Amino acid sequence: MAYVSVKGGEKAIENAHQWLAEERRGDPTVEEVAVAQIREQLSLAVDRVMAEGSCYDRDLAALAVKQAGGDLPEAIFLVRAYRTTLPRFGGSEPVDTERMNVRRRISAAFKDIPGGQVLGPTFDYTHRLLDFRLAADGAAPPEPAPLANEPQAWPMPTIGSVFAHEDLLEHDVRSGDDAPFDLTREPMSFPAGRDQRLQALARGDEGFLLSLAYSSQRGWGSTHPLCGEIRLGEVAVEFIPEELGFPIEIGEVTLTECQMLSGFAGSAQKAPQFTRGYGLAFGHSERKAMSMAIVDRALRRGEVGEDVDAPVQDEEFVLYHSDNVEASGFVQHLKLPHYVDFQADLQLVRRLRREHFERLNPSKEAAE
Amino acid sequence: MSTAATRPNEAERYYNYAYLDEQTKRMIRRAILKALAIPGYQAPFGSREMPVPYGWGTGGIQLTAAIIGPDDVYKCIDQGADDTTNAVSIRKFFARVADVATTEDTAEATIIQTRHRIPEQPLKAGQVLVFQVPQPEPLRGLEARETETRAMHAYEEYGLQYVSLYENISAFGRIAATAGYPVMVEERYLMSPSPIPKFDNPKMDDNEAILLFGAGREKRIYAIPPHTRVRSLDFEDYPFEVQTWEENCALCGAEDSYLDEVVLDDAGNRMFVCSDSHHCGQRRAEGHVGPMAGHQLANPVAEDGQ
Repeated sequence: MAYVSVKGGEKAIENAHQWLAEERRGDPTVEEVAVAQIREQLSLAVDRVMAEGSCYDRDLAALAVKQAGGDLPEAIFLVRAYRTTLPRFGGSEPVDTERMNVRRRISAAFKDIPGGQVLGPTFDYTHRLLDFRLAADGAAPPEPAPLANEPQAWPMPTIGSVFAHEDLLEHDVRSGDDAPFDLTREPMSFPAGRDQRLQALARGDEGFLLSLAYSSQRGWGSTHPLCGEIRLGEVAVEFIPEELGFPIEIGEVTLTECQMLSGFAGSAQKAPQFTRGYGLAFGHSERKAMSMAIVDRALRRGEVGEDVDAPVQDEEFVLYHSDNVEASGFVQHLKLPHYVDFQADLQLVRRLRREHFERLNPSKEAAE
Repeated sequence: MSTAATRPNEAERYYNYAYLDEQTKRMIRRAILKALAIPGYQAPFGSREMPVPYGWGTGGIQLTAAIIGPDDVYKCIDQGADDTTNAVSIRKFFARVADVATTEDTAEATIIQTRHRIPEQPLKAGQVLVFQVPQPEPLRGLEARETETRAMHAYEEYGLQYVSLYENISAFGRIAATAGYPVMVEERYLMSPSPIPKFDNPKMDDNEAILLFGAGREKRIYAIPPHTRVRSLDFEDYPFEVQTWEENCALCGAEDSYLDEVVLDDAGNRMFVCSDSHHCGQRRAEGHVGPMAGHQLANPVAEDGQ
């Protein structure tokens, strides 16, 4: 009798959800974490949820992190399922990252570039030693970092402008004035334009893109990348309301942008020059933006005449498998019952085993 | 049949009727019409993120949301049964967001959403059977690239599929496909029936009802309109055959329904029961008795509030 269980029903689901809420809250004698605390003090988690959730709203993303108990792909899923129901009143003008209020901007290509190297708030060069002072309650807020003597350059020239007078770096050209492809409204289609690809990568799982970028660096479809520039800061978002006919500023968003440079040997028609891979993500997301830029460049192998032999260069492989909401759902759907299909398999395997046995023991069968 | 009460002040009431906004429903309806016009063809559509995970019925839910109205009677099954957890969850979702009556009675339902089974009781004109589809592409196991498989459908180039069945026969002495067994629709499009057991394949041929298939993650809709020819692939010398059991249903004694195997202990004892829970219950109500009638599976523990 031991293994027969009553099939799950509505009551079981409700009880499970209640238990989940209890586990999320943890020990009730410990103070509950507030959404504002997550928004302010776990801001990098919030950034990732906004980036992969394709929805710039710090409060919503913080709420999702809280509701998901810190499970970021789950939080991303919550935000996606919310944003899909929002009405769309229009598209903004393209943001201009040259006019970004830069908090961080570095280039690995030149020792100094117009606008200068700005280190900004970064984990780089920190020693990864656990800081036990953070475990102590009631510590005073850290001292504000000192201000620079000179105000920052604005607008901050991009890496493209450094090469502006030579044709050393390819120019990014817009393919047309058509509205950009929108994966949230249309299914994936191949071959993918760069708009579709960049949107898919921007929504793509950071871990997946990181591993792909790493595989490329290790020689599985290498692009020999060099970090032309990373910048982090706030840009204005402009929108043209129909009744006005001119752009008005409706807010600002924090962005991380990465321009990765790669060599190009040239062809019969084109002289050798540097090519670019592009990465852009909401919030402070450098690992994501850099990975995205490497993968973007690797996927341009057709344009630059490189052979396709590595996963990172394969458009269908990369774009079909980068979305963690799709991937997580489908992998985890294996938890759903499959006993109808398993019964079909069981029956077949039993039959094949019987036939196999009969083939090996013909005399025994005759004797029976 | 139970009718949902007026919606209280819950999260669901802040969404549009049946969750999706009207523009999205229109887009899905257009894809359904296209799919019905080209039986077996996979129509791409702008699948939305839904409040349940991909792989848990997002395609079926979007189809249902696009066609459901307050006068519909909705049934939802998983593995043939109304009381499996995910079926309960999806049924509850539509009872809430679409104010719709729900039922377990196959004949009474106007829309039946299913995962992995076609009900035993024949469907009638006016009913819609909505399938949840994990992988709409029947050729995907043979060719990983979408660009290739689309071309294969366009050129009606299905040799690879027949070679695969032939290789089955040479390896196992029979066609070893058991669920998701590929079919030809109107002798034009090769189609995946979703992972239903091949036992259910013949039910699709010349069916009176509309059969709609939705794959949310893969963003495809396809359909079989009423009275369409649906043929399971086979060879002249290896004809298509469905699963049969030596046992009958332990509860209702049915000889001709699809059976689930229930492991009773660790000594190898097991019982076989109808996978279609409504079919089984109806037969028992009519007085049919199986060898283990009265087993607790025939009377699941009553739940509060149901």
